[in-house]
Amino acid sequence: MAHDHAHDHPPHLAHHFDTPQQQFESGKLGMWLFLATEILLFGGLFCAYAVYRYMYPEVFDYAHQYLDKVMGGINTVVLICSSFTMAWAVRCAQTENRKGLILGLALTLLGGAGFMGIKYVEYAHKIHDGLLPGTYYDPGGHDPESLKSAREAKLKAAAAAVATEAAAPQKTADGKPIEQSTIAAAPRGPKGLRKGDGIHTETPEKADEHAAAGHVQPHGERPEGVWWFFGIYFLMTGLHGFHVLAGMGVIGWLLYRSIKGHFNKDYFAPVDLGGLYWHLVDLIWIYLFPLLYLIG
Amino acid sequence: MSDHAHDHDPNAVGHVVSMKILVGVWLALMVLTYITVAATYIDLGEFNFPLAMLIATVKAALVCLYFMHLRWDRPFNTIVFLSSLGFVALFIGFVMTDKNEYHEDEIPGYAPKIEEEKR
Repeated sequence: MAHDHAHDHPPHLAHHFDTPQQQFESGKLGMWLFLATEILLFGGLFCAYAVYRYMYPEVFDYAHQYLDKVMGGINTVVLICSSFTMAWAVRCAQTENRKGLILGLALTLLGGAGFMGIKYVEYAHKIHDGLLPGTYYDPGGHDPESLKSAREAKLKAAAAAVATEAAAPQKTADGKPIEQSTIAAAPRGPKGLRKGDGIHTETPEKADEHAAAGHVQPHGERPEGVWWFFGIYFLMTGLHGFHVLAGMGVIGWLLYRSIKGHFNKDYFAPVDLGGLYWHLVDLIWIYLFPLLYLIG
Repeated sequence: MSDHAHDHDPNAVGHVVSMKILVGVWLALMVLTYITVAATYIDLGEFNFPLAMLIATVKAALVCLYFMHLRWDRPFNTIVFLSSLGFVALFIGFVMTDKNEYHEDEIPGYAPKIEEEKR
C-alpha cells in the first residue's frame, strides 16, 4: 500500500510500515528473536556448568569459597537497581519526561560502570591469587611444583634449546644445516588437563602466610581439578561482562539521543529495545549469582 | 495530551507501566536477593540448590513480565522467549543423559588405558 503524504505522516515511520504500532511491534519481535539467540549462546555455558557440576560436585563446593558472596551480592543489587532505572527511563520516554529519561539512562549507565568496577576488583584479586583456568591455575603464588611453574620451566627449557641450536646449527653429513623448528614444544597435550595430573596442595606454612595476608582460605581438602571451576567462572562471568559493556555502549548512545531530544511518546522504540537488552543481561546475572557464588 | 489519556489512546504505541508496579517489582527483587543470600547460611541439605533456583526463577519472571513488558505484549514475544528456554532445556537435558555414555579412552589422543594395555 502506498503511503499518503497528504496525511500526517510521522517522520520516524519507515515507508515499509503502515502504522507506528506495526513498526514498534516488529522491532520488538526482532529484539526478542535476538534475545532468544543470546539465551542459546549462554545456554551452551550453562550446559557446561551442569555437566561439570554434576561430575565434580566437590570441586564446586570447594572452589566457590574463593568467590566473595558480598561482592557478588552487591553486584546483584547494582544490576537490579540499574534494571529498575532502565524500566523507569522507558516510562519517562513514553510519558515525554525528558529530564527523567536522561536521569534514568545516566543512572543505568552508572550502574553498569559500578558493576564492571566491582567485577574488575574481583578479577584482579583472582588473577593475583593465581585462581585461573587450566595450566594458569596456581593458587597461593609461585608454588615451584604448580602446573604454571612447570609450564614456565618447560617453555624456558624449550627456548634455551632453540637458542643453543641457533648458536651452533646442526649439520648433516654433506654439510647442510638441518632445519629446526623455532616453535617451542607444546607444554601440554590433550592429556594436559586430565584429572589427577599435577595436583599440589599448599604447604601448611604457606597457607598460614596466605591467610595472614587477607586471602581467602577455603575449608576442606583441595579436590582435584579446581581449575575447571575457574574456567567456567571466567567464561560465564566474562561473556556476561562483555554483554554489560555492550549494553553500556547502547545506553550511552540512547543517552546522547535523549539529550538531543530524539524521543517522544510515539517514537521511543530504541529506548524500549535497548532496555530489553539491558534486562536480559540482568536476567542472566540473576542465575549466574546463585550458580557461582551461592553454592552449598 | 495528558499521560492518562495516552493509556487509552487506541493509536498509542506500547504500554506505559505504572510507577507503582515498577517500584513494587524493584522492591520484590531486592527482598528476593536478600532471601537468596540469607538462605545460604541455613543448611537445608539438598534443598538449598532448588530453593536458590526457585528464587532466581521468580526474580527472572518478575523482570520479564514487568520490566520487559511481556505481561502486556503480544503473546508471540513470550512464545519466542519461552521456546528459547525450551531449547536450552532440551540441550542440557540431552547432554545430561548422554554424559556418562562414553569411556575416557574413546577420545583420540586421550587413551591412557589403551596405551597401558599395549605395553
